[in-house]
Amino acid sequence: MIEEVLVTARSNPKIDPSLGIWSWEVPMYLFLGGLTAGIMCFAALIILLRKEDQAPWAAKKMAIWAPVLLTVGMGALFLDLEHKLYVYRFYTTFQISSPMSWGSWILLLVYPVSILLVLCSIRDAYPRIGGVIERFSAGRWITAFACYHRQQVATWSLVLGVFLGFYTGILLSAFSARPFWNTGFLAPLFLISGLSSAAALVVLGTRSQAERMMFTKYDIGLISLELALIALLLVNLATGTGVQLDALKNVMGGEFTTRFWLYFVFIGLLIPVVLNYREISGRRTWAFLSPVLVLYGGYMLRLVTVEAGQVSTWTRYTQSFDPVLLDLLR
Amino acid sequence: MRLNRREFIKLSGLLTAGGFLTPALLSGCASQRLPGTGQVTATPTVCDICFWKCAGTVYAEDGQPWKVVGNPDDPHSTGRLCTRGTGGIGAYTDRDRLKQPLLRVSEGGRQTFKPVSWEEAFDFIAGRMQSIAQQHGNDRLALLSHGSGGKHFERLLKAFGSHAYAHPSFAQCRGPREVAFALTYGEGVGSPDRTDMEHSRCVVLIGSHIGENLHNGQVQTLAEAINKDATLITVDPRFSVAAGKSKYWLPIKPGTDMALLLAWMNVLINEGLYDRDYVERYTVGLEQLTRHVQPFNPEWAYLETGLAPKLIRDTAHAMAASAPATLVHPGRHVTWYGDDTQRERAIAILNALLGSWGRKGGFYSQEKVDLPAFPVPKPPRPATDWKQIVQPEFPLSPTGVSQKIVEACAGPEAHFKGLFVYGTNLPHTIPAIKPTLETAADSLDLLVVIDTMPAEITGYADVVLPECTYLERYDGLRNSPERVPSLALRMPAFKPRHETKPAWWMAKQLAGRLQLEKYFPWHDYADTLDWQLRQVGSSLEEMQKIGVKRFPRKTPMYFSTGQDIRFETPSGKIELYSETLAEYGHDPLPRYTAPDKRPEGYYRLNYGRGPAHTFGRTTNNPLLFELMPENAVWINPRVARQWQLKNGDYVQLKNQDGVVSNRVRVRVTERTGPNAVFMIHGFGHTAKGLRLATGVGADDAGLMTSVKVDPIMGGTGMRANFVTFVKA
Amino acid sequence: MARYAMVIDTKTCIGCGDCVVACKTENKVPAGLNRDWVVEATRGTYPDLTTEFRSERCNHCSHATCVYTCPTGASHYWRDSNIVLVDAAKCTGCKACIAACPYDARLIMHPDGYIDKCTFCHHRVEQGLDPACVSSCPTRCMHFGVLDDPGSHVSRLLKSRTYKVLLSETGNQPNVYYLI
Ligand SMILES: Nc1nc2c(c(=O)[nH]1)N[C@H]1C(S)=C(S)[C@@H](COP(=O)(O)OP(=O)(O)OC[C@H]3O[C@@H](n4cnc5c(=O)[nH]c(N)nc54)[C@H](O)[C@@H]3O)O[C@H]1N2
Ligand SMILES: Nc1nc2c(c(=O)[nH]1)N[C@H]1C(S)=C(S)[C@@H](COP(=O)(O)OP(=O)(O)OC[C@H]3O[C@@H](n4cnc5c(=O)[nH]c(N)nc54)[C@H](O)[C@@H]3O)O[C@H]1N2
Ligand code: SF4
Ligand code: SF4
Ligand code: SF4
Ligand code: SF4
Ligand code: SF4
Ligand SMILES: [Mo]
Repeated sequence: MIEEVLVTARSNPKIDPSLGIWSWEVPMYLFLGGLTAGIMCFAALIILLRKEDQAPWAAKKMAIWAPVLLTVGMGALFLDLEHKLYVYRFYTTFQISSPMSWGSWILLLVYPVSILLVLCSIRDAYPRIGGVIERFSAGRWITAFACYHRQQVATWSLVLGVFLGFYTGILLSAFSARPFWNTGFLAPLFLISGLSSAAALVVLGTRSQAERMMFTKYDIGLISLELALIALLLVNLATGTGVQLDALKNVMGGEFTTRFWLYFVFIGLLIPVVLNYREISGRRTWAFLSPVLVLYGGYMLRLVTVEAGQVSTWTRYTQSFDPVLLDLLR
Repeated sequence: MRLNRREFIKLSGLLTAGGFLTPALLSGCASQRLPGTGQVTATPTVCDICFWKCAGTVYAEDGQPWKVVGNPDDPHSTGRLCTRGTGGIGAYTDRDRLKQPLLRVSEGGRQTFKPVSWEEAFDFIAGRMQSIAQQHGNDRLALLSHGSGGKHFERLLKAFGSHAYAHPSFAQCRGPREVAFALTYGEGVGSPDRTDMEHSRCVVLIGSHIGENLHNGQVQTLAEAINKDATLITVDPRFSVAAGKSKYWLPIKPGTDMALLLAWMNVLINEGLYDRDYVERYTVGLEQLTRHVQPFNPEWAYLETGLAPKLIRDTAHAMAASAPATLVHPGRHVTWYGDDTQRERAIAILNALLGSWGRKGGFYSQEKVDLPAFPVPKPPRPATDWKQIVQPEFPLSPTGVSQKIVEACAGPEAHFKGLFVYGTNLPHTIPAIKPTLETAADSLDLLVVIDTMPAEITGYADVVLPECTYLERYDGLRNSPERVPSLALRMPAFKPRHETKPAWWMAKQLAGRLQLEKYFPWHDYADTLDWQLRQVGSSLEEMQKIGVKRFPRKTPMYFSTGQDIRFETPSGKIELYSETLAEYGHDPLPRYTAPDKRPEGYYRLNYGRGPAHTFGRTTNNPLLFELMPENAVWINPRVARQWQLKNGDYVQLKNQDGVVSNRVRVRVTERTGPNAVFMIHGFGHTAKGLRLATGVGADDAGLMTSVKVDPIMGGTGMRANFVTFVKA
Repeated sequence: MARYAMVIDTKTCIGCGDCVVACKTENKVPAGLNRDWVVEATRGTYPDLTTEFRSERCNHCSHATCVYTCPTGASHYWRDSNIVLVDAAKCTGCKACIAACPYDARLIMHPDGYIDKCTFCHHRVEQGLDPACVSSCPTRCMHFGVLDDPGSHVSRLLKSRTYKVLLSETGNQPNVYYLI
C-alpha cells in the first residue's frame, strides 16, 4: 500500500480539495468564442463561395451575432477575473508564450473585423440599423469601406474565425499541467464544434427551407467529425502516460462520466444527428429542437472539458484532516 | 474521501458570511509590502508552549505581532524553535482567551460566571482562605500546577501554611522514570533530559516518539545522531516517525517491553558484553541480577513480545558494540501500564550494564548557573505532614501525586478545603478523574483556577483568574541544567490584552490581603530578576538586550576513566539490585507481568503527541489549529476493511466500559498494527468558549476509564484501555 | 542567471510542519492559506514499512509553466534568477497560472484577488538570510543556496548524496531537491 497524505491541513481555495479555478464563466466564454468563430467562418465562406442566394441568412443576417456574442463572452470572462480592476493589464503587454495573451490580442483584431463583416451587409440585412449608422459621416464612410472591400473583409473574417476557433481549444490544450487538456485534438475539436454551433444557429435563424436543409446537412457532417475527434481524443488519452490515463478515468467511470456521455455526447451530439437525419429524410420533428440541442452540446463540451480538465492532475494527496475546518478561521 | 466541490464552496461561503477575520494578516494589494520593511521591534522571550523552555525573540512589525524565532545562543533551542513555539504568536492573538476575572454566582437558580473586577475576585478568594483557616486550619489548601507561574502560588500557599502541591508532570508523566533512576543512580534524569544523544553511536527508543514528541533539544540531538549515522533502534508497536528513521524497528506487542529489556540484559550478561570495569567499579547487585535474568532469554521473550530472538540478539549486540556511547532512552511520558517504575528501573539497569550513565553519548552530567534566590523569609512550618495524610501508600514518591490531591479534595470529610489549579486542565490530564473532580468541586469551599483559556477546568471553579500569556509577562529566570549553564529572560513583548495579569501580580495582590506581604517584598517582579542577575555579573538591562547569557561550566560533563564516584544511593553505588525497593515491599529487581488481554472486537487505545500541538493547550491556537485542526484515529487497513471504514469517514470510539467518544476522523494507515488504534492527545474539547477546538476530534483521556496505578509512586498507567467503533 | 535551490533531507525531516508555521508568520500569509505543506508517504504493509516526509512548496522551476502562461507578465522571474514571483499590481486573477502548475496548488489565491505564492523568501535572500522555513527547521534538514557555485553547500550536498525532484517528467526543471 502507498499512502500519500498531506499531514499539514491545507485548504487553499481554488486548489483544495481539487483544482476548481473556473466554473461556468470560462466555458461560456469558450463556447461563445467558438460560436463567434463559426459565425464568422460560415458568413465569410458563403460570401467567398458566392452562395449568398442559397444561404441568405448566413451570408447577411447572421454576422451581427458575432460581435454581440463575443461581447457577452468577454463579459463572462471578465466576471471570472478575481482582480477585476486590473483587467487592463491584459493590454499593457504581450506575452509571447501565453495563449491567453495571444487570445486577448486576437480578440482585439476579431472585434473590428467582425464589425466590418456586419457592416458590409448591413444595408440589405438590417436597413434600419444601417440607416442609423449612415446618419453619421464616419458611419457612412466605414459602411462604404466595408461594402467596397467585401471580399477582403470576408477573407479576414475567415482567417480570424479559424484562429479564434483554434484559440479557444489551444487555450486549454497548452496547459501541459492538466493531462486531460494536454492533447492536440482539443483545438480542431473546438473549432469544429464552433462551426457546428454556428450551423445550428443558421437553422434556427433562417426562414428559407433550402438554407435550413443545407445547414442541417452541414451539421450532420460537422457533428460526425466532432464525434470522430472525440474518439481520437479519448484514444489519445488512453494510450498516454499514467496521468493521462487517470485523467481519462474522470470521464470513463469517474466523476464526470454522466456529464460527458449522457449530457454531452448523447443529448448534445447523438440525438441531434438522429434528428437531423430525420429532418433531411423529410420526417419532420420539432425543427427547433435539434439546433437547440447542438448549441447546448457546444456549451456542454466546453463545460465538461473545463471541469474534467482542471481536476485532472499530476498529483493527488489524501488530506489527513478535514480542510473544511479551516473555514472557521477565514 | 474527495470533498464535493459544490458543497465545499457553499459551506465556505456560508462561514465567511458569518465573518471574522484576522485583520492584521490581511493586506490589500496596494500594501503588498515585503515583510520586515516596517518598524520592527525585537523582545527576548522564553517559550512557554511546552516545558522545554526554549529561548527566543519576539518580533513585532508596525506594532503588530509578527513572529517568534529561536535565540542562537540558547542551548535548548540553538536558534530554532519547534512548530509549536513558532506558532506561539497564536497564543497571544487567540480571540477566545480569558478576558477578565470570573466569579461563580447563582442567577435565577442557575449558576453562571459573572465578570468581576480583580479587587472583587481577590477579596472573595482571601475571604474564603481565611474562613478555611479559621474552621479547619492553615494547612487545608492545595495547589495543582503545571507551568512557570505556578511557583508564585506555591510561595503564597506555603506562606499561608499549606505545603501540598503536585504537578501532573509527575504522576501522569515522568514520575516513574525519576523515581526509578533515583533508586538506581541516586538522581533522576531531570528536565531537560540529560541525554547526550548528539554523541551517541547507538540510540534505543522505547516508545519515546521523538519527532512527534517535539521537545526541541531531543529532536535536534536525535537528528544530529542520525546525521552522524548512529544506529537507531526503536521499540514501538506503532511505526512512529522515529521508527521510520531507524535501522532496527521492533514492533513490539504493547505492554511487553519489560520482557524485551530482561532479554537484552540476559544477552549482555550471558555473552559477557556488558561494561565489566564500569559495572564492577560503580554498581552493586550484578550477582542477583545475573541469577534473576537467567530464565529470560530471547526465546522466552519472543513468546511475550512477538519479536524474533535473532532480532533481540542483534540489537543487543548493536547496543554493546557502541557502548558506552549507547543511550537507552528513558522516555518521558512513561505512565503506561502501572509497572512503570519497574520498567524504568530495567532501562536504568540496562544503561548501567552498558556503562552509559555519566559517559559521552550516554547521560551527561548537567550544570546550571549558581543563581541565588531573591531573599525572602522562610515560610512557617506546616502544621501537618500532608503527604502522610494524602498519599501514605506512596512513601517513595518524592512529591505530590496529583490524583491523590484531587481525591483529598472530594467529599465532606476531605482533608483539603481549598484548591488552586494553575495551568493544568485536569479533566483532560488525569485519567478518569472527572467524577472525583465533580465531587471535589461540590465539597470544596474554594476552587480557584488560573488559566489563559476557558479550558474545561475553568468550568469547575468558584473563581477564574485570567493570566496573560508568556508573551505579555515576566517570569522567573530560566536556569535549567544543561550542557552549558545559561540564563534566559522572558519579558513582556506586548502589553497584556484585555484585563489579564501575570501570576506574580495575582499572588502578590492576594498576599497583600492575607498579611503575607513580607513574602513578596518587591514592587515589580522584574526587580527581583535584576537583583538575581546582578549577583552573577549581569543585569536586567543586559538580559533585555541579549535574552540568553551563557556561563562557563565548572564541572566535567562526563566521568573520567577510573574516576571514583559516590552515587547518592544508600550504598553509594549504582543499585542494580535495590534494597530500598525490597525494604518497602516491592520487587528489588524488575519482574515481568503480562499486560491485560484485548477483548474480542476491541483494539488497544494507543495515543501520543502530534508535532503541531502541546496537549490540549494549543488546539485552539489559530496558527496551530490551522496546521492540524483535528485528530484522526489511525486504523490498520485490515481492521478498516473489516469495519468498512474509509479514509475521511467519521466514527465514534467506545471503550471497554461503554464510554463513547466524540466523532473522530478515520485515517486508514499501515503505521498502526491490527491490534491497536492510535490517536493524538489534546483534542475533543467540550468547553464552549474554545470556539475552534470544541467538538473537534476525540479526547483520549475520556476513554481512559481503566487506570493502572503504579504501586511504587502512584503514576496513572493509561494504556490498559480498549476501544471499538460506533458509526458516527 | 542565478539558480537558487532548496535541498531537503528526507532522512531527517520528521514532518513536524515547523516550516509551514514559520512561513505563515514570516510572510503574514492570510489565515487559512498556506504557501508550503508537508506530505507523508508510507509504503509497505505492517510491519514492513518505510515512511518519507517531504516539505513541499513552489519549485521555482527553471522552466516555469506558470510564468509562461501568465498573460500579463504578473508571474515573473525575479532579477534574472529562477525565483518566481507575482506582481499583485499586474495580476488580473485569471488563474491561468494555477492551472499551469503541474505541482498542483503551487500558487494560492489571495482573498484580495491576486495570486500569492512562495517567494523563496527573496526578501531574506537579499539580506543573505535563509528563507524562513529553512531557518526554522528544527532538524536542520532544509538547505538553501545557489547551484551556480559548485562549492556552495547545496551543490556539495547534491554531489555527495542521492536525490530526487518531484515530477521531473513534466519538464519544468524544479529547483527543490529531496535527498533520499
Ligand atoms: N509536539 C509535542 N511534543 C511534546 C509534547 C506535546 O504535547 N506535543 N509533550 C511533551 C511531554 S510533557 C512529554 S512527557 C513527552 C512525551 O513523549 P514520549 O516520552 O515520547 O511519550 P511516549 O508515551 O513514550 O510515546 C508514545 C509512543 O509510545 C508508543 N507506545 C504505545 N504503547 C507502547 C508500548 O507498549 N511499548 C512501547 N515500546 N511503545 C508504546 C506509541 O505508539 C507512541 O509512539 O512529549 C513532549 N513533547
Ligand atoms: N489522556 C492523556 N492524558 C495525559 C497525557 C496523554 O498523553 N494522554 N499526557 C500526560 C503528560 S505527559 C503531561 S505532562 C500532562 C500535561 O497536562 P497539562 O499541563 O494539564 O496539559 P494541558 O492540556 O496543556 O493543560 C494546560 C492548561 O494550562 C493552560 N495554560 C496554558 N498556558 C498558560 C499560562 O501561561 N498560564 C496559565 N495560568 N495557564 C496556561 C491551558 O489553557 C490549559 O488549560 O498530561 C498528562 N495526561
Ligand atoms: S520545544 Fe517547542 S514548544 Fe517547547 S519550549 Fe521549545 S519551542 Fe516552545
Ligand atoms: S520543519 Fe524541517 S523537519 Fe519539520 S517538516 Fe519542515 S522540513 Fe521537515
Ligand atoms: S512549481 Fe509551479 S508555481 Fe512554482 S515555478 Fe514551477 S510551475 Fe510555477
Ligand atoms: S492569475 Fe495573475 S499571475 Fe496568474 S496568470 Fe493570471 S494574471 Fe498571471
Ligand atoms: S521559502 Fe519563504 S515563502 Fe517559500 S515556503 Fe519557505 S518560508 Fe514560505
Ligand atoms: Mo509530560
